[in-house]
Amino acid sequence: MSAFKRHTTENEKRSLKNRVFGIAVIALSVITISPIVLIISKLIIKGYRQINLSFFTETAPDTLEAMTAVANDEVIPGGILNGITGTLFMVLLAVIIAVPIGILIGLFLYENAEKRYAAIVRDISDIVQGIPSIVLGLIAYIWIVKGVTSGYSALAGSVSLAIMMLPLIIRSTEETMKMIPLPIKEAAVALGVPYHKVILRVMIPTGLSGLMSGILLSVSRILGETAPLMLTALGSPIVNFYIDKPTSAVPLLIWEFYNDPNMVDLIWSSSLFLMGIVLAFNLISKYIAAKRK
Amino acid sequence: MSSEKISKGILLFASLIIIILTGGMVYALLSGSIPAFKEFGIGFIFSSEWNPTEGKEDYGALSFIAGTIFTSVFAILICIPLAFSTSLFIAEYYHGKAISSVVGTMVDLLAGIPSIVYGLWGFYVLRPLIVDLGLSSQGFGIFTAGLILAIMIIPYATSISAEIIAMVPNDLKEAAYSLGATRMEVIRYVIIPNAKSGISAGFILAFGRALGETMAVTMLIGNTNVIPEGLFATGNTMASVIANQFGEADGLKLSSLIAIGLLLFVITGLINAIGKMIIKRF
Repeated sequence: MSAFKRHTTENEKRSLKNRVFGIAVIALSVITISPIVLIISKLIIKGYRQINLSFFTETAPDTLEAMTAVANDEVIPGGILNGITGTLFMVLLAVIIAVPIGILIGLFLYENAEKRYAAIVRDISDIVQGIPSIVLGLIAYIWIVKGVTSGYSALAGSVSLAIMMLPLIIRSTEETMKMIPLPIKEAAVALGVPYHKVILRVMIPTGLSGLMSGILLSVSRILGETAPLMLTALGSPIVNFYIDKPTSAVPLLIWEFYNDPNMVDLIWSSSLFLMGIVLAFNLISKYIAAKRK
Repeated sequence: MSSEKISKGILLFASLIIIILTGGMVYALLSGSIPAFKEFGIGFIFSSEWNPTEGKEDYGALSFIAGTIFTSVFAILICIPLAFSTSLFIAEYYHGKAISSVVGTMVDLLAGIPSIVYGLWGFYVLRPLIVDLGLSSQGFGIFTAGLILAIMIIPYATSISAEIIAMVPNDLKEAAYSLGATRMEVIRYVIIPNAKSGISAGFILAFGRALGETMAVTMLIGNTNVIPEGLFATGNTMASVIANQFGEADGLKLSSLIAIGLLLFVITGLINAIGKMIIKRF
Protein backbone atom coordinates (compact mmCIF):
# COMPACT_ATOMS: atom_id res chain seq x y z
CA MET A 1 0.00 0.00 0.00
CA SER A 2 2.65 2.50 1.03
CA ALA A 3 4.87 1.49 -1.90
CA PHE A 4 1.96 2.07 -4.29
CA LYS A 5 1.24 5.44 -2.71
CA ARG A 6 4.87 6.50 -2.99
CA HIS A 7 4.75 5.51 -6.63
CA THR A 8 1.71 7.66 -7.42
CA THR A 9 3.05 10.74 -5.64
CA GLU A 10 6.31 10.28 -7.53
CA ASN A 11 4.36 10.17 -10.80
CA GLU A 12 2.30 13.18 -9.82
CA LYS A 13 5.49 15.07 -9.13
CA ARG A 14 6.84 14.15 -12.55
CA SER A 15 3.70 15.20 -14.33
CA LEU A 16 3.54 18.45 -12.35
CA LYS A 17 7.16 19.20 -13.29
CA ASN A 18 6.32 18.44 -16.90
CA ARG A 19 3.38 20.85 -16.86
CA VAL A 20 5.35 23.65 -15.19
CA PHE A 21 8.12 23.21 -17.76
CA GLY A 22 5.62 23.35 -20.64
CA ILE A 23 4.08 26.55 -19.28
CA ALA A 24 7.54 28.07 -18.85
CA VAL A 25 8.41 27.26 -22.48
CA ILE A 26 5.25 28.97 -23.73
CA ALA A 27 5.70 31.97 -21.42
CA LEU A 28 9.32 32.51 -22.47
CA SER A 29 8.36 32.15 -26.14
CA VAL A 30 5.72 34.86 -25.71
CA ILE A 31 8.38 37.10 -24.12
CA THR A 32 10.69 36.39 -27.07
CA ILE A 33 8.22 37.50 -29.73
CA SER A 34 6.71 40.41 -27.79
CA PRO A 35 9.41 42.97 -28.79
CA ILE A 36 8.45 42.74 -32.47
CA VAL A 37 4.85 43.65 -31.62
CA LEU A 38 5.90 46.38 -29.18
CA ILE A 39 8.41 47.95 -31.58
CA ILE A 40 6.10 47.96 -34.61
CA SER A 41 3.15 49.37 -32.67
CA LYS A 42 5.32 52.07 -31.08
CA LEU A 43 6.57 53.16 -34.52
CA ILE A 44 3.06 53.23 -35.99
CA ILE A 45 1.52 55.16 -33.09
CA LYS A 46 4.30 57.76 -32.95
CA GLY A 47 5.13 57.94 -36.63
CA TYR A 48 2.07 57.80 -38.84
CA ARG A 49 1.05 61.46 -38.39
CA GLN A 50 4.28 62.79 -39.88
CA ILE A 51 3.93 60.73 -43.05
CA ASN A 52 2.36 62.87 -45.80
CA LEU A 53 3.17 63.81 -49.38
CA SER A 54 5.96 66.26 -48.53
CA PHE A 55 7.58 63.50 -46.49
CA PHE A 56 8.46 61.85 -49.82
CA THR A 57 8.99 64.94 -52.01
CA GLU A 58 11.05 67.33 -49.88
CA THR A 59 14.53 67.13 -48.44
CA ALA A 60 15.21 67.14 -44.71
CA PRO A 61 14.78 70.51 -42.98
CA ASP A 62 17.74 72.27 -41.42
CA THR A 63 17.78 72.61 -37.67
CA LEU A 64 16.66 76.28 -37.74
CA GLU A 65 13.51 75.53 -39.77
CA ALA A 66 12.69 72.69 -37.44
CA MET A 67 13.27 74.85 -34.38
CA THR A 68 10.94 77.58 -35.64
CA ALA A 69 8.25 75.04 -36.41
CA VAL A 70 8.57 73.41 -33.00
CA ALA A 71 8.50 76.84 -31.30
CA ASN A 72 5.30 77.80 -33.18
CA ASP A 73 3.81 74.40 -32.45
CA GLU A 74 3.59 73.55 -36.16
CA VAL A 75 4.37 70.32 -37.97
CA ILE A 76 8.08 70.20 -38.85
CA PRO A 77 8.35 71.01 -42.59
CA GLY A 78 10.21 68.96 -45.17
CA GLY A 79 10.68 65.26 -45.65
CA ILE A 80 13.36 62.67 -46.20
CA LEU A 81 13.71 62.80 -50.00
CA ASN A 82 17.50 63.12 -49.81
CA GLY A 83 17.57 60.02 -47.64
CA ILE A 84 15.24 57.99 -49.86
CA THR A 85 17.16 58.81 -53.05
CA GLY A 86 20.48 58.21 -51.30
CA THR A 87 19.39 54.80 -50.02
CA LEU A 88 18.01 53.84 -53.45
CA PHE A 89 21.18 55.01 -55.19
CA MET A 90 23.63 53.27 -52.88
CA VAL A 91 21.64 50.04 -52.58
CA LEU A 92 21.27 49.89 -56.38
CA LEU A 93 25.03 50.39 -56.80
CA ALA A 94 25.70 47.70 -54.19
CA VAL A 95 23.38 45.31 -56.03
CA ILE A 96 25.15 46.04 -59.35
CA ILE A 97 28.52 45.31 -57.72
CA ALA A 98 27.61 42.31 -55.58
CA VAL A 99 24.99 40.34 -57.52
CA PRO A 100 26.97 39.38 -60.66
CA ILE A 101 30.11 38.46 -58.68
CA GLY A 102 28.07 36.66 -56.04
CA ILE A 103 26.15 34.58 -58.59
CA LEU A 104 29.36 33.64 -60.43
CA ILE A 105 31.05 32.55 -57.19
CA GLY A 106 27.90 30.63 -56.18
CA LEU A 107 27.92 28.85 -59.57
CA PHE A 108 31.61 28.09 -59.14
CA LEU A 109 30.95 26.49 -55.74
CA TYR A 110 28.07 24.45 -57.18
CA GLU A 111 30.11 23.24 -60.15
CA ASN A 112 33.14 22.35 -58.05
CA ALA A 113 31.32 21.31 -54.89
CA GLU A 114 33.66 18.43 -54.03
CA LYS A 115 36.97 20.20 -54.55
CA ARG A 116 39.15 21.28 -51.65
CA TYR A 117 39.64 24.73 -53.13
CA ALA A 118 35.85 25.23 -53.20
CA ALA A 119 35.68 24.39 -49.51
CA ILE A 120 38.26 27.10 -48.86
CA VAL A 121 36.27 29.64 -50.90
CA ARG A 122 33.16 28.68 -48.94
CA ASP A 123 34.96 29.16 -45.61
CA ILE A 124 36.23 32.57 -46.73
CA SER A 125 32.71 33.57 -47.72
CA ASP A 126 31.55 32.54 -44.23
CA ILE A 127 34.30 34.65 -42.67
CA VAL A 128 33.26 37.68 -44.72
CA GLN A 129 29.66 37.17 -43.60
CA GLY A 130 30.77 37.30 -39.98
CA ILE A 131 32.66 40.61 -40.26
CA PRO A 132 30.83 43.30 -38.24
CA SER A 133 29.38 45.98 -40.51
CA ILE A 134 31.28 48.77 -38.75
CA VAL A 135 34.56 47.06 -39.67
CA LEU A 136 33.41 46.92 -43.31
CA GLY A 137 32.81 50.66 -42.99
CA LEU A 138 36.42 51.14 -41.84
CA ILE A 139 37.68 49.06 -44.75
CA ALA A 140 35.63 50.96 -47.35
CA TYR A 141 36.88 54.17 -45.73
CA ILE A 142 40.51 53.13 -46.17
CA TRP A 143 39.98 51.78 -49.70
CA ILE A 144 37.59 54.26 -51.27
CA VAL A 145 37.32 57.43 -49.16
CA LYS A 146 41.10 57.64 -48.73
CA GLY A 147 42.18 55.85 -51.89
CA VAL A 148 39.73 56.58 -54.70
CA THR A 149 37.27 59.42 -54.19
CA SER A 150 39.47 61.41 -51.77
CA GLY A 151 36.45 62.26 -49.67
CA TYR A 152 33.27 60.71 -48.31
CA SER A 153 31.24 59.28 -51.19
CA ALA A 154 28.27 57.22 -52.30
CA LEU A 155 30.71 54.77 -53.90
CA ALA A 156 32.40 54.10 -50.55
CA GLY A 157 28.99 53.49 -48.95
CA SER A 158 28.00 51.12 -51.76
CA VAL A 159 31.23 49.16 -51.49
CA SER A 160 30.71 48.53 -47.78
CA LEU A 161 27.10 47.44 -48.47
CA ALA A 162 28.19 45.27 -51.43
CA ILE A 163 30.69 43.37 -49.26
CA MET A 164 27.86 42.73 -46.76
CA MET A 165 25.65 41.37 -49.54
CA LEU A 166 28.22 39.21 -51.29
CA PRO A 167 28.30 36.17 -48.96
CA LEU A 168 24.49 36.11 -48.80
CA ILE A 169 24.23 36.05 -52.61
CA ILE A 170 26.93 33.36 -52.87
CA ARG A 171 25.15 31.17 -50.33
CA SER A 172 21.69 31.57 -51.86
CA THR A 173 22.97 30.94 -55.41
CA GLU A 174 24.70 27.72 -54.38
CA GLU A 175 21.67 26.52 -52.40
CA THR A 176 19.32 27.34 -55.30
CA MET A 177 21.45 25.49 -57.84
CA LYS A 178 21.65 22.45 -55.57
CA MET A 179 17.84 22.30 -55.51
CA ILE A 180 17.51 22.12 -59.31
CA PRO A 181 16.95 18.46 -60.31
CA LEU A 182 20.09 17.08 -61.96
CA PRO A 183 18.25 15.59 -65.02
CA ILE A 184 17.33 19.12 -66.19
CA LYS A 185 21.00 20.02 -66.44
CA GLU A 186 21.98 16.61 -67.83
CA ALA A 187 19.36 16.83 -70.56
CA ALA A 188 20.83 20.11 -71.78
CA VAL A 189 24.39 18.77 -71.65
CA ALA A 190 23.32 15.61 -73.52
CA LEU A 191 21.85 17.75 -76.31
CA GLY A 192 25.30 19.22 -76.79
CA VAL A 193 24.41 22.67 -75.47
CA PRO A 194 27.61 24.65 -74.77
CA TYR A 195 28.56 25.06 -71.12
CA HIS A 196 27.87 28.79 -70.86
CA LYS A 197 24.44 28.31 -72.44
CA VAL A 198 23.61 25.54 -69.96
CA ILE A 199 24.25 28.09 -67.23
CA LEU A 200 22.61 31.11 -68.88
CA ARG A 201 19.65 29.39 -70.56
CA VAL A 202 18.93 26.44 -68.24
CA MET A 203 20.35 26.81 -64.75
CA ILE A 204 19.72 30.51 -64.12
CA PRO A 205 16.16 30.62 -65.58
CA THR A 206 15.20 27.47 -63.65
CA GLY A 207 16.56 28.89 -60.43
CA LEU A 208 15.43 32.46 -61.06
CA SER A 209 12.91 32.65 -58.23
CA GLY A 210 15.47 31.26 -55.79
CA LEU A 211 18.05 33.80 -56.92
CA MET A 212 15.49 36.62 -56.66
CA SER A 213 14.52 35.57 -53.16
CA GLY A 214 18.19 35.59 -52.14
CA ILE A 215 18.78 39.03 -53.64
CA LEU A 216 15.69 40.52 -51.96
CA LEU A 217 16.69 39.04 -48.60
CA SER A 218 20.21 40.45 -48.87
CA VAL A 219 18.81 43.86 -49.87
CA SER A 220 16.57 43.81 -46.79
CA ARG A 221 19.69 43.17 -44.71
CA ILE A 222 21.58 46.22 -46.02
CA LEU A 223 18.69 48.72 -46.28
CA GLY A 224 18.77 49.55 -42.59
CA GLU A 225 22.56 49.59 -42.17
CA THR A 226 23.73 52.77 -40.49
CA ALA A 227 27.18 52.21 -39.01
CA PRO A 228 29.16 51.56 -42.23
CA LEU A 229 27.50 54.53 -43.97
CA MET A 230 28.52 56.90 -41.15
CA LEU A 231 32.15 56.11 -42.00
CA THR A 232 31.75 56.22 -45.78
CA ALA A 233 28.78 58.12 -47.25
CA LEU A 234 28.61 60.57 -44.32
CA GLY A 235 25.28 62.21 -45.28
CA SER A 236 24.19 65.19 -47.34
CA PRO A 237 21.44 67.80 -47.04
CA ILE A 238 20.71 67.65 -50.78
CA VAL A 239 19.69 64.95 -53.25
CA ASN A 240 22.88 63.53 -54.72
CA PHE A 241 23.43 61.11 -57.60
CA TYR A 242 27.21 61.52 -58.04
CA ILE A 243 29.12 58.46 -56.94
CA ASP A 244 32.07 60.53 -55.71
CA LYS A 245 30.06 62.90 -53.48
CA PRO A 246 28.75 62.49 -49.91
CA THR A 247 25.25 61.06 -49.91
CA SER A 248 22.49 60.75 -47.39
CA ALA A 249 20.44 57.63 -46.61
CA VAL A 250 17.30 57.02 -44.58
CA PRO A 251 19.16 55.42 -41.63
CA LEU A 252 21.72 58.26 -41.69
CA LEU A 253 18.88 60.79 -41.48
CA ILE A 254 17.38 58.95 -38.51
CA TRP A 255 20.78 59.20 -36.82
CA GLU A 256 20.94 62.96 -37.57
CA PHE A 257 17.38 63.54 -36.31
CA TYR A 258 18.14 61.56 -33.17
CA ASN A 259 21.13 63.77 -32.39
CA ASP A 260 19.30 67.06 -33.04
CA PRO A 261 16.81 68.00 -30.30
CA ASN A 262 14.87 70.19 -32.76
CA MET A 263 14.24 67.40 -35.24
CA VAL A 264 13.71 64.54 -32.86
CA ASP A 265 10.01 64.32 -33.83
CA LEU A 266 11.02 63.14 -37.30
CA ILE A 267 12.71 59.96 -36.10
CA TRP A 268 9.46 58.03 -35.72
CA SER A 269 8.08 58.59 -39.22
CA SER A 270 11.49 57.90 -40.81
CA SER A 271 11.93 54.74 -38.74
CA LEU A 272 8.40 53.59 -39.58
CA PHE A 273 9.14 54.11 -43.27
CA LEU A 274 12.51 52.33 -43.11
CA MET A 275 11.15 49.42 -41.15
CA GLY A 276 8.14 49.08 -43.48
CA ILE A 277 10.43 48.76 -46.50
CA VAL A 278 12.84 46.36 -44.78
CA LEU A 279 10.03 44.08 -43.61
CA ALA A 280 8.33 44.25 -47.03
CA PHE A 281 11.52 43.05 -48.76
CA ASN A 282 11.96 40.41 -46.09
CA LEU A 283 8.40 39.06 -46.42
CA ILE A 284 8.37 39.16 -50.25
CA SER A 285 11.61 37.19 -50.25
CA LYS A 286 10.10 34.61 -47.85
CA TYR A 287 6.94 34.43 -49.97
CA ILE A 288 8.91 33.72 -53.17
CA ALA A 289 11.03 31.13 -51.36
CA ALA A 290 7.94 29.41 -49.91
CA LYS A 291 6.19 29.31 -53.29
CA ARG A 292 9.21 27.57 -54.81
CA LYS A 293 8.96 24.65 -52.41
CA MET B 1 40.25 27.99 -76.52
CA SER B 2 36.89 26.28 -76.30
CA SER B 3 33.89 28.13 -74.96
CA GLU B 4 33.63 25.66 -72.11
CA LYS B 5 37.16 26.49 -70.97
CA ILE B 6 36.39 30.21 -71.12
CA SER B 7 33.21 29.79 -69.04
CA LYS B 8 35.03 27.71 -66.44
CA GLY B 9 37.82 30.25 -66.44
CA ILE B 10 35.35 33.04 -65.69
CA LEU B 11 33.90 31.10 -62.75
CA LEU B 12 37.38 30.36 -61.41
CA PHE B 13 38.32 34.03 -61.77
CA ALA B 14 35.17 35.04 -59.83
CA SER B 15 36.16 32.72 -57.00
CA LEU B 16 39.56 34.42 -56.87
CA ILE B 17 37.85 37.81 -56.41
CA ILE B 18 36.56 36.98 -52.94
CA ILE B 19 39.98 35.70 -51.90
CA ILE B 20 41.71 38.85 -53.18
CA LEU B 21 38.96 40.93 -51.56
CA THR B 22 39.48 39.29 -48.17
CA GLY B 23 43.24 39.64 -48.48
CA GLY B 24 42.75 43.30 -49.33
CA MET B 25 40.52 43.82 -46.30
CA VAL B 26 43.08 42.29 -43.93
CA TYR B 27 45.84 44.34 -45.58
CA ALA B 28 43.84 47.59 -45.25
CA LEU B 29 43.20 47.00 -41.53
CA LEU B 30 46.81 45.95 -40.88
CA SER B 31 48.37 48.88 -42.70
CA GLY B 32 45.90 51.31 -41.13
CA SER B 33 46.72 50.14 -37.62
CA ILE B 34 50.51 50.11 -38.01
CA PRO B 35 51.00 53.68 -36.61
CA ALA B 36 49.05 52.78 -33.46
CA PHE B 37 50.96 49.53 -32.87
CA LYS B 38 54.28 51.28 -33.64
CA GLU B 39 53.54 53.92 -31.02
CA PHE B 40 52.07 51.73 -28.27
CA GLY B 41 53.31 48.26 -29.17
CA ILE B 42 51.40 45.20 -28.01
CA GLY B 43 50.56 47.17 -24.86
CA PHE B 44 47.81 48.82 -26.92
CA ILE B 45 45.65 45.77 -26.19
CA PHE B 46 46.31 45.88 -22.43
CA SER B 47 46.05 49.61 -21.80
CA SER B 48 42.82 51.25 -20.69
CA GLU B 49 44.05 54.77 -21.46
CA TRP B 50 42.09 56.93 -23.90
CA ASN B 51 43.52 60.42 -23.97
CA PRO B 52 43.14 62.50 -27.13
CA THR B 53 44.78 65.65 -25.70
CA GLU B 54 47.33 66.82 -28.24
CA GLY B 55 50.91 66.13 -27.19
CA LYS B 56 49.77 63.69 -24.53
CA GLU B 57 47.93 61.33 -26.85
CA ASP B 58 47.65 57.86 -25.39
CA TYR B 59 45.30 55.16 -26.60
CA GLY B 60 44.52 51.62 -25.53
CA ALA B 61 41.83 49.11 -26.36
CA LEU B 62 41.31 47.36 -23.01
CA SER B 63 38.29 49.43 -21.87
CA PHE B 64 36.49 48.65 -25.11
CA ILE B 65 37.45 44.98 -25.17
CA ALA B 66 36.05 44.77 -21.62
CA GLY B 67 32.88 46.67 -22.62
CA THR B 68 32.37 44.39 -25.61
CA ILE B 69 32.79 41.22 -23.57
CA PHE B 70 30.59 42.44 -20.68
CA THR B 71 27.67 43.47 -22.93
CA SER B 72 27.90 40.38 -25.13
CA VAL B 73 28.18 37.92 -22.24
CA PHE B 74 25.24 39.56 -20.48
CA ALA B 75 23.26 39.48 -23.74
CA ILE B 76 23.96 35.80 -24.34
CA LEU B 77 22.96 34.90 -20.75
CA ILE B 78 19.57 36.59 -21.31
CA CYS B 79 19.32 35.10 -24.79
CA ILE B 80 19.90 31.44 -23.80
CA PRO B 81 16.66 30.68 -21.87
CA LEU B 82 14.52 32.73 -24.28
CA ALA B 83 15.97 31.34 -27.50
CA PHE B 84 16.06 27.77 -26.17
CA SER B 85 12.40 27.90 -25.08
CA THR B 86 11.34 29.44 -28.37
CA SER B 87 13.19 26.81 -30.37
CA LEU B 88 11.47 24.09 -28.30
CA PHE B 89 8.15 25.84 -28.96
CA ILE B 90 8.81 25.86 -32.72
CA ALA B 91 10.53 22.51 -33.20
CA GLU B 92 9.06 20.31 -30.46
CA TYR B 93 5.89 21.49 -28.73
CA TYR B 94 4.07 22.84 -31.80
CA HIS B 95 6.22 21.30 -34.53
CA GLY B 96 4.45 21.39 -37.90
CA LYS B 97 1.47 23.38 -36.57
CA ALA B 98 0.41 26.78 -37.90
CA ILE B 99 1.24 28.55 -34.62
CA SER B 100 4.82 27.32 -34.91
CA SER B 101 5.31 28.95 -38.32
CA VAL B 102 3.69 32.18 -37.06
CA VAL B 103 6.11 32.32 -34.13
CA GLY B 104 8.98 31.33 -36.42
CA THR B 105 8.18 34.17 -38.84
CA MET B 106 7.91 36.69 -36.00
CA VAL B 107 11.31 35.64 -34.66
CA ASP B 108 12.75 35.99 -38.18
CA LEU B 109 11.29 39.48 -38.44
CA LEU B 110 13.19 40.41 -35.27
CA ALA B 111 16.35 39.78 -37.30
CA GLY B 112 15.08 42.18 -39.96
CA ILE B 113 14.64 45.22 -37.71
CA PRO B 114 17.47 47.71 -38.37
CA SER B 115 19.92 48.18 -35.52
CA ILE B 116 19.18 51.92 -35.33
CA VAL B 117 15.46 51.20 -34.76
CA TYR B 118 16.38 48.90 -31.88
CA GLY B 119 18.49 51.75 -30.55
CA LEU B 120 15.59 54.22 -30.73
CA TRP B 121 13.23 51.79 -29.05
CA GLY B 122 15.78 51.08 -26.35
CA PHE B 123 16.36 54.80 -25.82
CA TYR B 124 12.73 55.90 -25.70
CA VAL B 125 11.02 52.83 -24.19
CA LEU B 126 13.48 50.62 -22.34
CA ARG B 127 15.73 53.33 -20.86
CA PRO B 128 12.90 55.33 -19.16
CA LEU B 129 11.61 52.03 -17.75
CA ILE B 130 15.02 51.29 -16.23
CA VAL B 131 15.14 54.81 -14.76
CA ASP B 132 11.62 54.39 -13.31
CA LEU B 133 12.57 51.09 -11.72
CA GLY B 134 15.42 52.93 -10.02
CA LEU B 135 18.04 50.59 -11.47
CA SER B 136 20.20 53.44 -12.72
CA SER B 137 19.87 57.22 -12.73
CA GLN B 138 20.29 57.83 -16.47
CA GLY B 139 19.32 54.42 -17.78
CA PHE B 140 22.45 54.07 -19.93
CA GLY B 141 24.96 51.28 -19.48
CA ILE B 142 25.91 47.64 -19.86
CA PHE B 143 22.50 46.44 -18.64
CA THR B 144 20.40 48.44 -21.12
CA ALA B 145 22.72 47.81 -24.07
CA GLY B 146 22.97 44.11 -23.21
CA LEU B 147 19.22 43.71 -22.94
CA ILE B 148 18.67 45.18 -26.42
CA LEU B 149 21.57 43.08 -27.75
CA ALA B 150 19.88 39.98 -26.34
CA ILE B 151 16.70 40.73 -28.30
CA MET B 152 18.76 41.34 -31.43
CA ILE B 153 20.65 38.02 -31.31
CA ILE B 154 17.71 35.82 -30.27
CA PRO B 155 16.65 35.13 -33.89
CA TYR B 156 20.09 33.77 -34.86
CA ALA B 157 20.28 31.40 -31.90
CA THR B 158 16.62 30.38 -32.22
CA SER B 159 16.65 29.48 -35.90
CA ILE B 160 19.78 27.31 -35.58
CA SER B 161 18.57 25.58 -32.39
CA ALA B 162 15.12 24.94 -33.86
CA GLU B 163 16.68 23.38 -36.95
CA ILE B 164 18.90 21.09 -34.86
CA ILE B 165 16.09 20.12 -32.45
CA ALA B 166 13.82 19.23 -35.39
CA MET B 167 16.57 16.90 -36.65
CA VAL B 168 16.55 14.69 -33.52
CA PRO B 169 15.28 11.30 -34.79
CA ASN B 170 11.64 10.59 -33.96
CA ASP B 171 12.22 6.93 -33.02
CA LEU B 172 14.51 8.01 -30.20
CA LYS B 173 11.80 10.28 -28.81
CA GLU B 174 9.10 7.65 -29.32
CA ALA B 175 11.19 5.02 -27.58
CA ALA B 176 11.44 7.28 -24.53
CA TYR B 177 7.71 8.07 -24.59
CA SER B 178 6.85 4.36 -24.78
CA LEU B 179 8.89 3.81 -21.61
CA GLY B 180 6.55 6.32 -19.93
CA ALA B 181 8.76 9.39 -20.08
CA THR B 182 7.07 12.78 -19.82
CA ARG B 183 7.75 15.44 -22.45
CA MET B 184 10.14 17.27 -20.16
CA GLU B 185 12.06 14.04 -19.59
CA VAL B 186 12.23 13.44 -23.35
CA ILE B 187 13.64 16.93 -23.78
CA ARG B 188 16.11 16.43 -20.97
CA TYR B 189 17.30 12.91 -21.71
CA VAL B 190 16.83 12.60 -25.49
CA ILE B 191 16.68 15.98 -27.23
CA ILE B 192 19.31 17.89 -25.27
CA PRO B 193 21.97 15.14 -25.36
CA ASN B 194 21.43 14.72 -29.11
CA ALA B 195 21.24 18.40 -30.02
CA LYS B 196 23.66 19.78 -27.42
CA SER B 197 26.60 20.66 -29.66
CA GLY B 198 24.40 22.10 -32.43
CA ILE B 199 22.53 24.29 -29.99
CA SER B 200 25.76 25.52 -28.43
CA ALA B 201 27.09 26.33 -31.91
CA GLY B 202 23.97 28.46 -32.44
CA PHE B 203 24.70 30.37 -29.25
CA ILE B 204 28.35 30.81 -30.21
CA LEU B 205 27.33 32.32 -33.56
CA ALA B 206 24.79 34.57 -31.83
CA PHE B 207 27.57 35.66 -29.45
CA GLY B 208 29.69 36.54 -32.49
CA ARG B 209 26.86 38.74 -33.75
CA ALA B 210 26.61 40.51 -30.41
CA LEU B 211 30.33 41.37 -30.40
CA GLY B 212 30.05 43.48 -33.55
CA GLU B 213 26.68 45.19 -33.13
CA THR B 214 27.12 48.91 -33.34
CA MET B 215 24.25 51.37 -33.53
CA ALA B 216 21.89 50.12 -30.82
CA VAL B 217 24.79 49.70 -28.41
CA THR B 218 26.20 53.14 -29.26
CA MET B 219 22.85 54.71 -28.38
CA LEU B 220 22.48 52.90 -25.04
CA ILE B 221 25.84 52.15 -23.47
CA GLY B 222 26.61 55.70 -22.32
CA ASN B 223 29.86 56.15 -24.26
CA THR B 224 32.43 56.55 -21.49
CA ASN B 225 35.96 55.41 -22.27
CA VAL B 226 36.57 53.42 -19.10
CA ILE B 227 36.35 49.79 -18.02
CA PRO B 228 32.73 49.35 -16.84
CA GLU B 229 32.62 48.66 -13.11
CA GLY B 230 29.26 46.96 -12.84
CA LEU B 231 26.10 45.88 -14.57
CA PHE B 232 24.64 49.38 -14.53
CA ALA B 233 27.89 51.22 -15.24
CA THR B 234 28.43 53.02 -18.54
CA GLY B 235 31.17 52.12 -20.96
CA ASN B 236 31.93 51.68 -24.64
CA THR B 237 32.33 48.63 -26.86
CA MET B 238 34.89 48.23 -29.63
CA ALA B 239 32.20 48.83 -32.24
CA SER B 240 30.58 51.76 -30.45
CA VAL B 241 33.86 53.61 -29.85
CA ILE B 242 34.62 53.44 -33.58
CA ALA B 243 31.16 54.82 -34.40
CA ASN B 244 31.46 57.51 -31.74
CA GLN B 245 34.97 58.79 -32.20
CA PHE B 246 35.45 58.31 -35.92
CA GLY B 247 33.96 61.64 -36.97
CA GLU B 248 36.67 63.84 -35.51
CA ALA B 249 39.52 61.36 -35.80
CA ASP B 250 42.75 61.61 -37.70
CA GLY B 251 46.41 60.67 -37.25
CA LEU B 252 47.17 58.48 -34.26
CA LYS B 253 43.56 58.44 -33.06
CA LEU B 254 42.28 57.22 -36.44
CA SER B 255 44.96 54.56 -36.52
CA SER B 256 43.99 53.45 -33.00
CA LEU B 257 40.35 53.14 -34.06
CA ILE B 258 41.39 51.07 -37.09
CA ALA B 259 43.51 48.90 -34.76
CA ILE B 260 40.40 48.35 -32.61
CA GLY B 261 38.57 47.41 -35.82
CA LEU B 262 41.32 44.91 -36.61
CA LEU B 263 41.03 43.36 -33.13
CA LEU B 264 37.25 43.16 -33.53
CA PHE B 265 37.71 41.51 -36.93
CA VAL B 266 40.05 38.89 -35.42
CA ILE B 267 37.87 38.19 -32.37
CA THR B 268 34.60 37.81 -34.33
CA GLY B 269 36.43 35.72 -36.94
CA LEU B 270 37.67 33.29 -34.27
CA ILE B 271 34.28 33.01 -32.55
CA ASN B 272 32.53 32.41 -35.88
CA ALA B 273 35.10 29.83 -36.97
CA ILE B 274 34.55 27.87 -33.74
CA GLY B 275 30.76 27.97 -34.19
CA LYS B 276 30.96 26.93 -37.85
CA MET B 277 33.34 24.08 -37.03
CA ILE B 278 30.90 22.62 -34.50
CA ILE B 279 27.94 23.03 -36.89
CA LYS B 280 29.76 21.33 -39.77
CA ARG B 281 29.79 18.06 -37.87
CA PHE B 282 26.02 17.76 -38.35
